[in-house]
Amino acid sequence: MKKRFMTLLTSVLAAGTLLAACGEGDNNEGDTTPVGGNNNNDNNNNGEEVTQEETGDFSARMVTDVGGVDDRSFNESAWDGLQEFGADFDVEVDYIQSSDASDYAPNLNRLARDNTSISFAIGFLMEDDIRDVAQRHEDMNFAIVDTVVTDDDGNTLSNLANITFAEHEGSFLVGVVAGLQTESDHVAFIGGVESPLIKKFENGFKAGVLSVNPDAEISIQYAQDFNDASRGQQIADTMYGNGADVIYHAAGGTGNGVFTEAIDRARNGENVWVIGVDQDQHAQGQWDDGNVTLTSMVKRVDQAVYQVSEMTLEGNFPGGEILEFGLEDQGVGIAETTDNVEQESLDAVEDYKQQILDGDIDVPQTDEEFEEFEASL
Amino acid sequence: MDILSILYTIVPAALIAATPLLFTALGGLFSERAGIVNIGLEGLMVIGAFSGILATLWFETLGMGAASPWLALLVAMVVGAVFSLFHAVASITLRADQIVSGVALNFLAVGLSVFLVREIFERGQTDYISARIFRINVPFLSDIPVLGPMFFSRIYVTTYIAFILAVIVWYVVFKTPFGLRLRSVGEHPMAADTMGIKVNRMRYIAVMLSGAFGGIGGAVFAITTAGNFAGNTIVGQGFMALAALIFGKWHPFGVMGAALFFGLAQALSISAQQIPALAQIPQVYMLILPYVLTILALAGFVGKAEGPKAIGKPYEKGSR
Repeated sequence: MKKRFMTLLTSVLAAGTLLAACGEGDNNEGDTTPVGGNNNNDNNNNGEEVTQEETGDFSARMVTDVGGVDDRSFNESAWDGLQEFGADFDVEVDYIQSSDASDYAPNLNRLARDNTSISFAIGFLMEDDIRDVAQRHEDMNFAIVDTVVTDDDGNTLSNLANITFAEHEGSFLVGVVAGLQTESDHVAFIGGVESPLIKKFENGFKAGVLSVNPDAEISIQYAQDFNDASRGQQIADTMYGNGADVIYHAAGGTGNGVFTEAIDRARNGENVWVIGVDQDQHAQGQWDDGNVTLTSMVKRVDQAVYQVSEMTLEGNFPGGEILEFGLEDQGVGIAETTDNVEQESLDAVEDYKQQILDGDIDVPQTDEEFEEFEASL
Repeated sequence: MDILSILYTIVPAALIAATPLLFTALGGLFSERAGIVNIGLEGLMVIGAFSGILATLWFETLGMGAASPWLALLVAMVVGAVFSLFHAVASITLRADQIVSGVALNFLAVGLSVFLVREIFERGQTDYISARIFRINVPFLSDIPVLGPMFFSRIYVTTYIAFILAVIVWYVVFKTPFGLRLRSVGEHPMAADTMGIKVNRMRYIAVMLSGAFGGIGGAVFAITTAGNFAGNTIVGQGFMALAALIFGKWHPFGVMGAALFFGLAQALSISAQQIPALAQIPQVYMLILPYVLTILALAGFVGKAEGPKAIGKPYEKGSR
C-alpha cells in the first residue's frame, strides 16, 4: 500500500521534473538538442581555408543558442551572414554550438579568450550570460541579436552592440498585402507569447491592414506558447470559422498548426491564407494542389551580422549602441517568393515601403502608438 | 456566435485533441494492467511521431500518394513496439526499476530521434509531409441536425479509430481469456504463475502493445497536426496520456472519458477568446482552466484511483 503510493509519488515527481525541463525548452523557439554539442572543435570548415595575413588577426565568431547552427531560422541565417563576410573580406569566421543553456557562458568566454575581434551571441536567451562575459572582458567586442542588454544601472555596455530589428515595419508590409487580398475583409493575427517583441509584430500588422483596408476586422489571439502546434491549429480553426481568410502568425512552432489548418481548409475549396514569419515559409504552405502561404515577413539576421562585422573591421564597432535593422538596411521585408501575391499588392508594398523610408509613415510598435496611429487614419 | 456554433467549433476540437491521448493511454493501460508502470509513454510517442513522419516522407517519394500516412501509421506502430522492448527487457527480464527504465526510454527517444533527424536532414527538423490525413465529413451522418456538425463533420478518421479502439480494448481486457490473464498477471503474478500463465511472456506482450499504441498516438499527432518532426513536436502529451490513464482508473471507458475531458478543457480554453460572450474573461483564467478542472476532478469527483495490485514489482519466480 505504502509502496504503491511511493511509486505513484515518484512517478509524478519524475513526470514533473521532465515536464519542467520541457517547459524551459518552450521559450527558445528552437528544439532541444542533446546531440550536436560534441562537434564543437571540428567546425572550422570555413575558417581553415581563410588566410589571415591581409587583414591582420581580425576574426568574427558566433555562439549559437540551443537551436543549433542548422535550425533554418536565425542561427542558420546568422552563420550565413558570417560566412559571406568571411569570404568577402578574407577573414576568419567560426561558430560554436551550444547544446544546452549552460553552455552559453563557457562558449562566450572561450571566444573572448581566443581574442576574437567580435563575438556574436545569437538570440535573446544569452542575455544574462553575455552581460557577465562582456563585463569581465572589457577590452573585447561583443554583439547580441534580438535584445538590448543593460547593466544594473540600465545603461548599455560600451563593448557590446545590441542588434534589433524593426519587425513592426516588416509586419506593416505583410499587413498591406493581407488588407488588400482579404476577400472577407477579416484578417487575423496569432502571436506566440505576449511580450513587447511580439507586440511589435501585432501592431505593425494591424497598422498595415488598416492603412489599405480601413473597414477590415482584425482578430488577435496569443497562444501563450511557441511550441504547441495543436493549439495553433485550433486557434486558426476558430478564426477561419469566424470568417477570417488571412492569418499572420508570429508563433514559431505553434504556427505549424496554422499551416495544417489552412491546408486542410484549402483542400476543401476554401480560400484561406497564412502569412509566415522570420523566413520565407513558402515550402511549409505547399500541398498537392496549391500553396496557402500568401507571403512571409522575413528578418535578415545575416544582413545584420554582416554589417556589424564590417563596421567592426573598419574600426567603427558600434559598442553600446542599439542598432535597429529596418527596411532601409534590408533588415526586414517581405519574402522573395511572391507567387500568391497580386501585382497590385506588390505595387502597394513598394509604395508604402517608400513612405516608411521617407518618414511619412511612423509604424506603431506598442498598443499606445497603435491607438494614435488608428486615430490619425 | 450562438451557443450551437460555439459547440460546433469546440466539440470537434475536443475530439481531435483527445485522439493522440486516447491511443497512447490505451497502450499504457495494457502495460499497467499487466503490472508494468510505463512512464515511457512520452518517449514512445516521440519515436512514433519521428518514424511516422519519416515513413510518410519515404512512402511519398515511392509514389504511394494518399496511402503514405496510413502505411506510416503501421510503421510507427511496429517501431513503437520494437522500441518498447528496451523497457520490457530492462524491467521484466533484468528486473530493473520500472520508473527508471521508463524515464530512460523518454530520454533515449528524444536523443535518438533528434540525432537521426540531424543525420538525415542536416538540420534540426524534418521536411514537411504533403500527403496528410485530412478532416472529413462522414456521409449521411454529418447531415443530422445538431449532432452532425458536432460529431461527424470535419473530424479525422483517426479520431473514430481511437474511439472504436477503446471499445475493442475494453472487450479484449474484460471479456476474453487473454484479458483475464493480463489482469491476473498485474494483480497477483504468483497466483497466475501457479495456474500455468507465463507471467513474463504476458508482460512482454503487454509492454509491446503499449509501445505499438503509443507509437500510433505520436504518429497521429505528427501526421494530422504538426506536419513535420522536430525535438519539440511531442512535449508532454505522453504525460497527459499517463494522467488520463490514472484519471480513468485503468479502465478503457474511464480513459476515454478522461481523454475527452482533457480535450474539452483545452478546446474551451483556446476557443474562448474568439467567442464574444467569453472574450471578456481575462485570458489567464482560460489558460489555467484545463489544469484547474483536472485538479478538481482528481481531488473531488473521481474518488480513489486504485491501480493494479502488483504494479511496479518485477516478478521473480518462487519469491513470496
